[in-house]
Amino acid sequence: MSQTVLEPAPEPVLAAKPQTPFQRIVSDFCEDRLAVFGLVLVVAALFVAIFAPLISPQNPFDIGALDLLDAKSPPGTVSGDGKITYWLGTDGQARDMMSAIFYGMRLSLFVGFTSVITALGIGIVIGLVAAYTGGRIDALLMRIVDIMLSFPAILVALILLSVLGKGIDKVLIALILVQWAYFARAARAAALVERNKEYVEAANCLALPAGRIVFRHMLPNCLPSLIVIATITLARAIALEATLSFLGVGVPVTQPSLGMLISNGFEFLLSGSYWISFFPGVALAIAIIGINLAGDHLRDVLNPRNLR
Amino acid sequence: MTQAATPTLSVTNLRTHFFTKEGVARAVDGVDFDVAPGEILGLVGESGSGKTVTGFSILGLIDPPGRIVEGSSIKLGGEELTTARPDRLRAIRGAEIAMIFQDPMMTLNPVLRVDTQMIETVQAHLDVGRAEALARSRAALVQVGIASPDERLRAYPHQFSGGMRQRVAIAIALLHKPKLIVADEPTTALDVTIQGQILFEAQRLCRDSGTSMIWVTHDLAVVAGLADRIAVMYAGRIVEMGRTADVIERPMHPYTKGLIGSVPSQNTRGHALAQIPGMTPSLLKLPAGCSFKARCPIAIDQCNAMPELVEHRPGHWARCWRAAA
Amino acid sequence: MLVYIIRRLMQAALVMVVMSALVFAGIYLIGDPVAMMISPDASEIERDAVRAALGLDLPLWQQYLVFMNAALHGDFGKSFLAGQPAMQLIFERMPATLELVFASLVIALGLGLPMGVYAGLRPKSIGAKTIMTGSILGFSLPNFWVGLMLIMVFAVLLPDLVPGFPRLPASGRGATVSVLGVQLSLFTGDGLLHLLLPAVTLALYKGALIVRLARATAREVLPMDYVKFARAKGLSERRVVGVHVLKNIMIPIATVSGLEFGQSVAFAVITETVFSWPGMGKLLLDSILLLDRPVVVAYLMIIVVFFVVLNLLVDLLYSVLDPRVRLESRAA
Repeated sequence: MSQTVLEPAPEPVLAAKPQTPFQRIVSDFCEDRLAVFGLVLVVAALFVAIFAPLISPQNPFDIGALDLLDAKSPPGTVSGDGKITYWLGTDGQARDMMSAIFYGMRLSLFVGFTSVITALGIGIVIGLVAAYTGGRIDALLMRIVDIMLSFPAILVALILLSVLGKGIDKVLIALILVQWAYFARAARAAALVERNKEYVEAANCLALPAGRIVFRHMLPNCLPSLIVIATITLARAIALEATLSFLGVGVPVTQPSLGMLISNGFEFLLSGSYWISFFPGVALAIAIIGINLAGDHLRDVLNPRNLR
Repeated sequence: MTQAATPTLSVTNLRTHFFTKEGVARAVDGVDFDVAPGEILGLVGESGSGKTVTGFSILGLIDPPGRIVEGSSIKLGGEELTTARPDRLRAIRGAEIAMIFQDPMMTLNPVLRVDTQMIETVQAHLDVGRAEALARSRAALVQVGIASPDERLRAYPHQFSGGMRQRVAIAIALLHKPKLIVADEPTTALDVTIQGQILFEAQRLCRDSGTSMIWVTHDLAVVAGLADRIAVMYAGRIVEMGRTADVIERPMHPYTKGLIGSVPSQNTRGHALAQIPGMTPSLLKLPAGCSFKARCPIAIDQCNAMPELVEHRPGHWARCWRAAA
Repeated sequence: MLVYIIRRLMQAALVMVVMSALVFAGIYLIGDPVAMMISPDASEIERDAVRAALGLDLPLWQQYLVFMNAALHGDFGKSFLAGQPAMQLIFERMPATLELVFASLVIALGLGLPMGVYAGLRPKSIGAKTIMTGSILGFSLPNFWVGLMLIMVFAVLLPDLVPGFPRLPASGRGATVSVLGVQLSLFTGDGLLHLLLPAVTLALYKGALIVRLARATAREVLPMDYVKFARAKGLSERRVVGVHVLKNIMIPIATVSGLEFGQSVAFAVITETVFSWPGMGKLLLDSILLLDRPVVVAYLMIIVVFFVVLNLLVDLLYSVLDPRVRLESRAA
């Protein structure tokens, strides 16, 4: 039997620097280069959207400023009167593509954000109420949620919009109606986990009013998973709006979102004026990919198991 | 060790470390023992002592971030396993060394039939047809005392009771008449009565076929009646090793004494059970010196240096400065 | 088992009745179809005449009863625009949609499953990371955008820039042959060529989901004891993964694929529009835009039936694949 020699001193274990949870989330997030790249894309898209009127070379909705002779110009052409360069070309109505894209991004992001935040709000209320009250109300609400979720969003939205007609507000309504169920279910699931925890019992014992327990105590603990779902849903909402506009049932022609721009350019695709569809398509992809890349890693970082 | 023939298994300075983000967990940190042909060695320890990792190391089933560190040696009948090629290891597993796991529900694939799982084991090591493999599987089931083996073969694992499943697992282990069986807490998940049956079967099989066995457990009482020799592990090292009777009746290491003292028996009836105070140290933050120091009732200053495994009595080793006391 | 099936069928029938009522009420609210069909300066009398002829002047609930009565006989009314019975129109276009969805499912599974399993086996490898990033793109990029890009690349750019590169067809369906009385383009070379781009477009979303699901399930299954035990028995790695792991992965994959089949039929609406594929989806979109109510209603009813049957089939498939479930339902 061999003997073990005197042991060397054990290696020192790295002492962890104390960090606030938020700092840790940020540092974990930045570990993934792709996620940071996604975040950069999102910021770029937001910047363009917010400052569209300031940075667009042309206001594409001002019909008076359009010179029809410049229609369908390829990227890089200078306008007939020499005032602006159409960096990304012009479309069939001589609108500068870059400006149209900036404004389109603005509309696409606006519709996406607004619908998600509203649906989130509605979903949270319904989900938390269902989780907290339980019983028949819970069963009924969840039945409705199940039915809504079992249908493909695109079909529901199509039918809704054909009933409601065109218009940005109608699109918002359709998007909200299609998304709230998703949030409601997620909120309820998170709330059910929280409901069984001791602090809810403690709050109950203190005879705090139900509303206060639900919104001041349970909600903050449900938020991490809801935030993650919201980011993913945001990308889907933007994609959905683009699809609906592409199919012709979304935003009106006078206020084109990126989807509508793509749709407008579709007919020119095979005849060679590819840029009318292509560049709005790239812009749309940038927004969606950015949100998804960042949101996917955010989910790993905010995973409740890692938060403790 | 007193050995006339070559030991079936010879482990020398085995170190298996897990290289994680939080640091290096030294699950097994310098373990030496031999197992003779036909011998049953009981490897005893709490969870975290490294006994299960030792078993997996012998089979070469350590997944990253863990690995067997250089300087370790595991010899099967003289053949070095730590440097063996992957396909040689694969040929050894299941044929020359077999393993029995703790929870048979999880070790048998729930979506595959029992005969499928036994036939594939046979065909992995022998070039035989399906009918022949089926016949051998059937014979193995009979050998472990399963009645109506044909029915059992066509069934799925979840249709069996726990004891029956474990018998199937043992049958699978015996299919190729291995030289060594590593059994990792095989009876922990079973009723006490079934446990007794399995223990008896295991002992009988080893005696009859000359198979060596390493029985890993946290339950000293189980190995007391089963094993020829016992090795007690703590925090990745062996702290005491010797013949069963010696270790149980005349333990030298304070940890072993504590373990024996905490087992309820006729003698302790009516008294409070003795417990070992404190908890096993985390493998990431092992203290310098003797790992048991913090919980030891007889620790002295000298314990700040790691004691070696010394043969204080013939065939009976202990890792303690005060063992001879 | 029989009791279970009967119970599910009755539930299904109930769902269909409820859905038909909802569908009917919803469609009723769509504008005035009569206005689409006659010239704007037609007199009120003429409008009323047309309305009466189409039964549009009855109260809503009566229209619904008339509708249900006819529906149970398979008659969903005639398309306002084409004059043909609505259901017949749909059945004519159904094979095209079904073969598109089927082809996309084959592509999605055939490519997605191996990629997902690979990503699960070697999660830290470059291949795995690429696959996972690609899958994010796959399910987030809108269907129509993907179709557009594929058209641009394979039907415009590459054939122009690379000499000898075949120009893949970007619209329409290829030549068909009659199989069991149904026209299918799956079995002709020209048909497959036309099917290629649209099927790939439709497959991308599903494929991305399958990749992620396969990877997640593989990661769950790989550390399981029975995988370790299979290795401890000395089985080859190919058998461990190909049989032990795969059989466990197939359960969630199969159920999800089955359900996704229904979703794909809905997504086909977009793909068919982009590629001018003469299927049910394009018919639906045109009918919605032109307010051809009978066709829309007929389509939705077909979809509801489809989903319900699909759900039932998936449940049965699940019990076939997972022997643990099988036993419980037999004992129940």
